[in-house]
Amino acid sequence: MNKLRYLGLPALLWAASAAALPPEFKDPGSEQRYLALIEEIRCLVCQNQSLADSNAGLARDLRNEIQRMIEAGQDNAQIVEFLVARYGDFVLYRPPLKGNTWLLWFGPFLILPGALAVAFVLIRKQARRGAADQPLNAAQQARLNALLGSEHAGPKD
Amino acid sequence: MLRYLLPFGLFAGLIILFIYGLRHDPAYVPSPLIDKPAPEFSLPTLRRPETRLELADLKGKVSLINVWASWCAACVTEHPLLVEAAAQHALNLYGLNYKDARTAALQWLDRLGDPYLESGFDRSGKTGLDYGVYGVPETFILDKNGIIRYKHIGPVDQNQLDTIILPLVRQLRTAP
Repeated sequence: MNKLRYLGLPALLWAASAAALPPEFKDPGSEQRYLALIEEIRCLVCQNQSLADSNAGLARDLRNEIQRMIEAGQDNAQIVEFLVARYGDFVLYRPPLKGNTWLLWFGPFLILPGALAVAFVLIRKQARRGAADQPLNAAQQARLNALLGSEHAGPKD
Repeated sequence: MLRYLLPFGLFAGLIILFIYGLRHDPAYVPSPLIDKPAPEFSLPTLRRPETRLELADLKGKVSLINVWASWCAACVTEHPLLVEAAAQHALNLYGLNYKDARTAALQWLDRLGDPYLESGFDRSGKTGLDYGVYGVPETFILDKNGIIRYKHIGPVDQNQLDTIILPLVRQLRTAP
């Protein structure tokens, strides 16, 4: 049983890699383009996987379609346009910059100054509190000792 | 005052964001085909391979295209509803039999009933791809001019049929 368990993972990995074996292309440039494209396109069935990662039927169909279009001599822009016309911008892992994706692209840069401002205020507050952190005078030290009991009689040094 | 109001405001904002997130299905992808002409297709019909079903056959009337397959489990749940609705409301309902085997598809219809005027037999899934199909079953509503007016992804339930699909069909039927 234990042996089988160790066999399971390599078998799974092998199956996964076999599924993702790229098709044969006539020239290495096409294969490069194919591999780059399928990394950039989202599989709509399993939305957090790219076409390259996904083993879903739809992903396989779309990979075949991309392969066919590359072999037919279409450029990347044409292929992306073909997919966006059918599935929308959502298929692209890198969505285009337009009205409704503005916040997606620039939101982080809006949040960053806000976070910096909060950090600045907090640090300054901390520094001011630090400045007020004076050593105890003799009377305060005596009171502290009294409160803590005899075993803590004054600083050790 | 601000030190109490600010965290509370942030918290309230987050809650609103979470409620918004909960009410939106992340698996729902708005189709870019809405309000666009339906993609052309020409498919052999399921019952008679020698005759073809084309987009032109659907024009002139408000039509529905239901994407289905005998291997699709969710199609079984929505099917009785389609059978009933097609009969009751004289829906101009066409099937797109997506990546299926002909005999299995025909047996499936014999078993569960056939609400479709015709089903196009899309063995390769090419027509499905042109329609941006990614989760069978899907249902498209086309107006009289062959413009896609609505797309439903996943099985249709009674509520969606009564509140969305049938009212839209009625409204499109009265449109010129």
